[in-house]
Amino acid sequence: MSTNSGTMLSLGIDVGSTTAKLAVLDGDTLLHTSYKRHYSRIRETVLAMLDDAAPLIGKRSFCAAVSGSAGLGLASSIPFVQEVWATSQVVKRLEKDIASVIELGGEDAKIIFFEGGADERMNGTCAGGTGAFIDQMASLLDVTPDELDALALKHKKIYPIASRCGVFAKSDVQPLLNQGASKEDIAASIYQAVVNQTIAGLAQGRKIGGRVMFLGGPLYFCRGLRECFTETLKLDEEHAVFPEWGRNAVSLGAALYARTVRVSDAVDAMTLDGLKKKISEAKLAPPASRTEPLFKNKEEYAAFTARHGRASVARSSLEGFSGRAYLGIDCGSTTTKLALIGEDGELLHTYYAPNRGNPVSIVREELTKIYALAGDRVRFAGSAVTGYGEDLIRHAFGVDHGIVETAAHYTAAKHFRPDVDFILDIGGQDIKCFRIKNGAVDRIMLNEACSSGCGSFLETFAHSMNLTAAEFASKALFAPAPVNLGSRCTVFMNSQVKQSQKDGATVEDISAGLSLSVVKNAIYKVIRAHSPDELGKSIVVQGGTFLNDAVLRAFEREIGREVIRPDIAGLMGAYGAALYAKSKAQPGVPSTLIAPDALASFTHESKTANCSGCANRCLLTVNLFPGGRRFISGNKCEKGAGTSSVSADVPNLFEFKRKALLASAPDKVPEKTAPRGAIGLPLCLGMYELLPLWVGVFETLGFTPVISGMSSKRIYEKGQFSIPSDTACYPAKIMHGHMEKLVETGCPTVFYPRMTWNLDEKAGDNHYNCPVVAYYSELLRGNMDCLKTVRFLYPYLSLDSEKELANGLYRELSKSFPGITRADTKRAVSVGFKRLAAYRESVRAEGERALAYAREHGMPVMILAGRPYHVDDEIGHGIDKLALSLGFVVVSEDSVCHLAPSPDVRVLNQWTFHARLYRAAAFASENPDVQLVQLVSFGCGVDAITTDEVKRILEAHGKYYTQIKIDEIANLGAVKIRLRSLAAAL
Amino acid sequence: MNKNYVRFTKEMKATHTILIPNMLPVHFKLIRRILENHGYRVCLLETTGAHIAEVGQKYVHNDTCYPAILVIGQMLDALFSGGYDPDKTAILLFQTGGGCRASNYVSLMRKALENAGMPQVPVIPLSLAGIEKHPGFENSIPLYYRMAYGVLYGDLLMSLANQTRPYETEKGAADALSAKWTEKLVDELSSGVIRYGRVKKNYAAIIRDFAAIEREKLDAVRVGIVGEIYVKFSPLGNNGLERFLESEGAEVVVPGLLDFFHYCVYNTIAEYGLYPNTRSRVKYLGAKIAHRYLLRKQRDLIAAIQKEGTFRPMTPFDHTLSLTKDFIGYGTKMGEGWLLSAEMLELCDAGVMNIVCAQPFGCLPNHICGKGMMKPIKEAIPGANIVAIDYDPGTTAVNQENRLKLMLSSAREAMEEEKRKAAE
Repeated sequence: MSTNSGTMLSLGIDVGSTTAKLAVLDGDTLLHTSYKRHYSRIRETVLAMLDDAAPLIGKRSFCAAVSGSAGLGLASSIPFVQEVWATSQVVKRLEKDIASVIELGGEDAKIIFFEGGADERMNGTCAGGTGAFIDQMASLLDVTPDELDALALKHKKIYPIASRCGVFAKSDVQPLLNQGASKEDIAASIYQAVVNQTIAGLAQGRKIGGRVMFLGGPLYFCRGLRECFTETLKLDEEHAVFPEWGRNAVSLGAALYARTVRVSDAVDAMTLDGLKKKISEAKLAPPASRTEPLFKNKEEYAAFTARHGRASVARSSLEGFSGRAYLGIDCGSTTTKLALIGEDGELLHTYYAPNRGNPVSIVREELTKIYALAGDRVRFAGSAVTGYGEDLIRHAFGVDHGIVETAAHYTAAKHFRPDVDFILDIGGQDIKCFRIKNGAVDRIMLNEACSSGCGSFLETFAHSMNLTAAEFASKALFAPAPVNLGSRCTVFMNSQVKQSQKDGATVEDISAGLSLSVVKNAIYKVIRAHSPDELGKSIVVQGGTFLNDAVLRAFEREIGREVIRPDIAGLMGAYGAALYAKSKAQPGVPSTLIAPDALASFTHESKTANCSGCANRCLLTVNLFPGGRRFISGNKCEKGAGTSSVSADVPNLFEFKRKALLASAPDKVPEKTAPRGAIGLPLCLGMYELLPLWVGVFETLGFTPVISGMSSKRIYEKGQFSIPSDTACYPAKIMHGHMEKLVETGCPTVFYPRMTWNLDEKAGDNHYNCPVVAYYSELLRGNMDCLKTVRFLYPYLSLDSEKELANGLYRELSKSFPGITRADTKRAVSVGFKRLAAYRESVRAEGERALAYAREHGMPVMILAGRPYHVDDEIGHGIDKLALSLGFVVVSEDSVCHLAPSPDVRVLNQWTFHARLYRAAAFASENPDVQLVQLVSFGCGVDAITTDEVKRILEAHGKYYTQIKIDEIANLGAVKIRLRSLAAAL
Repeated sequence: MNKNYVRFTKEMKATHTILIPNMLPVHFKLIRRILENHGYRVCLLETTGAHIAEVGQKYVHNDTCYPAILVIGQMLDALFSGGYDPDKTAILLFQTGGGCRASNYVSLMRKALENAGMPQVPVIPLSLAGIEKHPGFENSIPLYYRMAYGVLYGDLLMSLANQTRPYETEKGAADALSAKWTEKLVDELSSGVIRYGRVKKNYAAIIRDFAAIEREKLDAVRVGIVGEIYVKFSPLGNNGLERFLESEGAEVVVPGLLDFFHYCVYNTIAEYGLYPNTRSRVKYLGAKIAHRYLLRKQRDLIAAIQKEGTFRPMTPFDHTLSLTKDFIGYGTKMGEGWLLSAEMLELCDAGVMNIVCAQPFGCLPNHICGKGMMKPIKEAIPGANIVAIDYDPGTTAVNQENRLKLMLSSAREAMEEEKRKAAE
């Protein structure tokens, strides 16, 4: 017991992923709190915090407890308490009438419900939307978290940003930045994404009401975030509680816990020196796995730099130069690059800098500088732009040419190595790989939204450790034992790093480990190579990330081969664009690039609007330039830009199917319904295939079928709160919204059957549905309260025979509708199957018409091969329209698969929808004018099997394989690059 | 499906070593010995370590389920190690079939072998469906019969050891006893005809032996483990989940492997009920016989445990079935299907309110039968304390342990609360 006073001192230490917190209690009086970022120096930080508190503690003895995910390692000899549990204890003690608590930390998000069945939840492993996510977004906007907060308070508009995970959100934010959306609006949209994530991912259908307490660092510091939460949850001041001790809640809880644990006396009463000794001596276990250092010694490194120093390009000074010059601009996702070259490809001027959210002003500044340096000695004979911001920059500055990124990079790589057969480019946010065959880009591989182990990823980690990217990289070179961090997405990597920090890994080892991860991610996830020979013999690596010697070394070591890294690795896109401009220049024709005087009076303004061209209602950014010139971005098709040039009669099977399905039933309950009333059919998942069947069945049985219509972001949000499994595919998750809509529309009955099998097309080993399509209604029934207010029919049905289907329907329907007889269902089923057959026949006929049309007009055909539900506007994100605008005739997999036999596949070909993919691929293989692009929904487990097979079928016949992964993400920038590259390669 | 798979020929029986993955430590030791006694050379892979997942990720599409990555990674790792000659090695995988992507493990294994330059290694799917022909591997009744006993004994040993380990005064006593009995049972299972009377005597002896282990009085929280079959059982798949929970002072309760086979059998019955016009009546009648047989076997086992009185028996399968009725349909059968929900309900019914639902990241059937059923179960059973843990090559132990610790904190609080109430 203490000697100085009658009460007991207790200490709570909370070490999270980014910060450490300390609370000192004297009895029930809060004596001291502190809060500090630890930059992964956990032990040092905690010891320093204890020193700060030393004057208050003096020689008194105390009890102590540790909490937090990074505190686990400190706790071997000090009592440990789980942080959510600690929080709930402290809230129960300090505040009355709290119904729920929302706590956001560095990498965790938690929610605690006190009323009506207490429950404590933490975010799953795939969920950003926390403090680290906000930091990451702030660095993307080139502001501090405080500035981000100040910006958010001034917003006018909220953009939809994918809220499920940090990586996705980032790929939404980046294009908004490039399109010139205001930082204020983006900042607030980021906060809104965090709020949506918390509500959807954590509350999962439970209403957050009553008095809500908000805890944790981000909610303590960010006023804009608080505002977002209270507005979204519709809380007034009385019901939103932000306690003064909010950011120290867990450490307080740990201090309280320390008093209650009964452990050995030695722990019960400690002195400050004793505790410090324990922490200094805490055994930090060695990390699971380490690898060889990147360089053994300085000599090895010197030889390495000398070898790569040879891949350099000639330079001369713009100030002394006169003659013709060509400008290349690469407006990438995070950086903007410029290269000005002379007649011999020599570099006259280069520029490489982060976008800082506004590429237009950066290009303008730089161009002004170039013009000043050039004086009137230099004639600008051509210019070209590439990258995400291609369209915007081209319109803003009158650039002569736009060039696809892949083509720009190949042009540049060829300059260094004419026989180059493989290019790997790791940029800020993209990984691009292309294989070159016979002088043309043969295969393109791009990273998917969920594996962005790229440059900005290293940068974010550097910043989180309070280092610049360059400092961080240089630390990696001689790290004695690089940590093996695996090759997963950023979100996973964060916790992997957290774990190794806990295990005592140094910044050096982590930096080297991350370099290895980036490389492994590229080789095994993006390229999916089994051996170095699969890459190529003459490899050029480029992109800003390869300027990092640690990454370059890691790559060479992993593939066991020397590669070429040009000294302008970060500028290759711009350099290639400049070379392209030079090749396109015609003698005597001046460049259309903006003139110096016009540039001096150049202005740029942007505002947003919703497109009214179609149901997508894309959020558009309207950029205004001098002279009333406008450039519109954010649109998925050319309609919004007002430049639609695609003739209306070019066949598009996606549009054809959409029209046919939407026309088959009304999307509202009509005033007069058939005698058995309206029956709601959600238009998603399997319904996209079988709608004509069910409409036929129910019309014949005296119902009025009502469909939920096309999906939209709004529909998704309507049902988002009841999704129990965040990692299911978007097409499944959007079902919740469709159900809400049908119930809202007033359907007394709603139908979505459980179907283990689909139609038997005799094309494979079996004809299953995937587990999600087959049984999702089971989940809907369990998780959607609105379905309790209607008659939800979800019988097990089989399509294997008319009799079987009639039997199943009779069994289910006769329970609720006694008037229905066996004969009725038999007749209904027969009508239904006829309707289905007619619909399927019309799809095939339209497919054949499309092929004939394409051949007649000499147009290439694109099979957008996915699932029936990928024709949906929201799920397919209008990719069909994009393909159309690139000059393709668009067909679906089910409209052409009847034209080819089932190919041999090496896997179990047991799903109806997937068997169509293989046949469509076989069809594409046999026809030179047909390309196949596979649409894959993120989280589709079955496609992990099909993609490799479809690819194999196509590549065996020398065809390109292009895969597009889609999710909630609404931006088509990356998709566009991919499809354009494909079009360019043909 | 590729029809030109490499066969396991009769000659190979003598020349080849068959590698099998170690899914359940106790059961598979029994199964290995049974196979050995049928004349096969068998090696049960017990390798661990992060490199296994790494090898798997190189040769299997990274979005494929974690168990596939691990099992295939483990096999290839063994072959790469040089310890096994690819010309004299075969691989045995357990395969259930059905609409889940897990039915493709055998195909994925073969593709991986091809890409690794070892296409000659035969892969034998051990499946009751028996879709492939491997002349050297017998699909015989005696073999399966013995394996069925292996499963029964395995479940018993696993359950008794789990109920003893947290309380034993001499650490390691339960595991040692389990190992001792494994050896003894194997000898019996391999010699000639299995006599049921003898089996029942063994049950009684095993139970008696476990009951004789000295135990201290302790209030351990009981934590049930359910989930995708591989990560539920395999320490490699779930980062040593059982060991972690026991180190935190919990008693683990793991519903047995027999239930999974029983579930497969029962699905044939349920299916015939749902689709009588297109499903085979013969298979249905066969399944009914098997169902009754399994019920009887389980009942005898339960009776033996009850008779001795120290240990809690497993839940009878027909009772598990009846618990499920209001929550999920018996036609929902891909992967672990309705059994996963059923096991959560069965645990709650037996008073084990704390449950870990272990699943590979993004597991398709688990969206529905695991995470999808937690809300209705928690609504119907207020005290249910269920935590879903994802397993994946990228998820870290610290993340998983922190969530497990949260579940354990709530579990302990509930236990204290109950004690307080009982005292009043």
